Amino acid sequence: MALLSVQDLSVKFKRRGLAPFDAVDGVSFDVEAGKIVGLVGESGSGKSVTSLAIMRLLPKRGNTIGGVVDFDGTDLLRIPMSQMRDKRGADLAMIFQDPLSSLNPVVPIGLQITEVLKRHRGMRGAAAENEARDLLDQVGIPDPTRRLHEYAHQLSGGMRQRAMIAMALACRPRLLIADEPTTALDVTIQAQILSLLDTLVHEHGTAMIMITHDLGVVAGLCDEVNVMYAGRTVERADRYEIYAHPQHPYTNGLLASIPRLDSPPGERLHPVPGSVSDNIPWASACAFAPRCSNAIGDCRQQSPEFKPAPVGRDHLLRCFNPVEPEAVGAAAVQQMATSPIPPPSNKEQLS
Amino acid sequence: MTEPQSPQEVPDRDRDSEVEAVESHEPTQQQRIKDLHVTDLGETEAASEAEIEAGEAGAAEASAATAGEDVLLEVNNLKVHFPIKRGVLFDRTVGYVYAVDGVSLAIKPGETYGLVGESGCGKTTLGRGILRLEEPTEGQVLFGGTDIASLTGEALRKERRRMQMVFQDPLGSLDPRQTVESILLEGMRAHGLVKDKAQANARLRQLLSDVGLPANSLRKYPHEFSGGQRQRIGIARALSVDPELIVADEPVSALDVSVQAQVLNLLADLQSERGLTYIVIAHDLAVVRHISDRVGVMYLGSLVEEAPSIDIYAEPLHPYTRALMSAVPVPDPVLEDTRERIVLRGDLPSPVNPPSGCRFHTRCPWRQPTLCDTERPVLTELKPGHRVACHYAAEIASGELKPNAEQLELV
Repeated sequence: MALLSVQDLSVKFKRRGLAPFDAVDGVSFDVEAGKIVGLVGESGSGKSVTSLAIMRLLPKRGNTIGGVVDFDGTDLLRIPMSQMRDKRGADLAMIFQDPLSSLNPVVPIGLQITEVLKRHRGMRGAAAENEARDLLDQVGIPDPTRRLHEYAHQLSGGMRQRAMIAMALACRPRLLIADEPTTALDVTIQAQILSLLDTLVHEHGTAMIMITHDLGVVAGLCDEVNVMYAGRTVERADRYEIYAHPQHPYTNGLLASIPRLDSPPGERLHPVPGSVSDNIPWASACAFAPRCSNAIGDCRQQSPEFKPAPVGRDHLLRCFNPVEPEAVGAAAVQQMATSPIPPPSNKEQLS
Repeated sequence: MTEPQSPQEVPDRDRDSEVEAVESHEPTQQQRIKDLHVTDLGETEAASEAEIEAGEAGAAEASAATAGEDVLLEVNNLKVHFPIKRGVLFDRTVGYVYAVDGVSLAIKPGETYGLVGESGCGKTTLGRGILRLEEPTEGQVLFGGTDIASLTGEALRKERRRMQMVFQDPLGSLDPRQTVESILLEGMRAHGLVKDKAQANARLRQLLSDVGLPANSLRKYPHEFSGGQRQRIGIARALSVDPELIVADEPVSALDVSVQAQVLNLLADLQSERGLTYIVIAHDLAVVRHISDRVGVMYLGSLVEEAPSIDIYAEPLHPYTRALMSAVPVPDPVLEDTRERIVLRGDLPSPVNPPSGCRFHTRCPWRQPTLCDTERPVLTELKPGHRVACHYAAEIASGELKPNAEQLELV
């Protein structure tokens, strides 16, 4: 039994004088304790709206949320707001992209953490402060006693994100949602934060949803990957499977458009043509069809189902004409087998 | 792929006399040079001694002298320091932000030079300093032989036609109340490139098709375009005055990955069609390495390593480059699981009060008890075209020195 089970989640935004916009359109996935599930997609794919809907942080007015968000037997979408407030911070916590605008600028870091401890764990005074100090220490903030009394603007970007993580972890939540936690950070700091999250999740058996646009971050961290496009999941598999055999033309296109450190420089990239504004509604077609190099007649007349892929294990796909796995698979397998820092000529080292 | 020619052209027969010349310099420096010769990196060219001799600033001069006219842009010991002011009535200067602190480089026509580094390392300021959008504190910027830093008034304005900039945030760098037509015409008019309406129209149409924008874009405003298209407008604006050098500051970091690849391909196409020279500034090492012929890695205001883009990944020599490289996530789970990661401790130190000696020594996993914290290393050519500013680069490359096991202090 999964800790969190999202079934057929949909979010519609009302628009004046227009049909409602389907930001999230029938998304389902499960998250088990101790596992990291990745939601990947470009801007506008609905990945952040999904996370906000799970946390019930979307505004009440102007949108309709449907489906079931089952968290350990409770449907989070059906419980009263007061109960939801008890769960937020205690059972479910969230780390946002931009720590500077998510932290309160006029309240010291320490107070923001003890606030969570007081609300959910009933701690008071010195006990709460000691716990906050321990938390800051745990996420690798040096000199936590001094930092407790500092404000967000006095910390560096990486330190702020650590403070956010400390706050999210204050009550040992069972589910952690990280919405682009490292996008605003430099790569060296990103590496620090990712290894911190990885350790925390595996030490405490926390379940985690990782939302990102960076396929590199997902490759190193997530157990299962969901690729989203225009509000729907278009491909799902575990990370080894999806990178070795990307079958949806969009996933394949994304992987082909990234300049990679381990491929020779100057090679031409193969971008996905067009942009998100070319999409057509899912209702009667595949939204990706106008940008797809593999599009066939059916793609513009029927909406594809999310069903097991022709090749691969536990691999779900929403496509009429998937990419041949051999074509991409062979290249990926070759690259895998080379040494950690492969010189371009070492491709023969296949076992 | 172009290789800097300067070092190889210094003939080998001068080797002995040059080593002797070096003897007269300070002993530590001398010892270092001898060490370089006994290590595995024996193929170090004779020119490297000449370069070390002359110090960092002299290095670029030497390379310019040997390369002759084959250098479009030459930066010699460029420094850009921003004063920190205090006080209400009297603006006392209480210190400086050492944003760019002694950078020398030479770029050949038609080459793409990539500048990479973390935020706050001074890469953007260096780019702006080269175009003189920031006033350099010290140093020379020779563009086709003219010192940009000494130009004023009309001469500077005229020279600006030859060097243009593409900015990071396409929406923020385009006037929301100007149509695309007016954005593109402004620069052309200012430099007297339009004679009559027909010619202007032909030029505009050509520009639009060059950057892949629909022909009906001229009457539209920037907000009517998508992110990728806006960046194309920014590129078209830079191209409108027929520049020779384009400084692109994070040209793709605001774009989605699929669009990012489109813009990178466009930049490559324009370069091969028009023979442009690029300086591409970015924090994404993979992007920089993909587009550049040579890559310069910056840390806290100075270059720490410079190499052809193939070498920089195959054989990073500076500890910072190694750490940076190992931190870039690769979209390949098997590789991610197995590769060794050097996680740096702490953050970038403040450029107001940079560390003594090697700027990187506070975070360096290979820090040694001597030299690192006392003496600032200069860029030294360890291999042809591969310069690195590290006292112990040769020993680290040969595996003689291992990273320190103890945790470095957290900053």
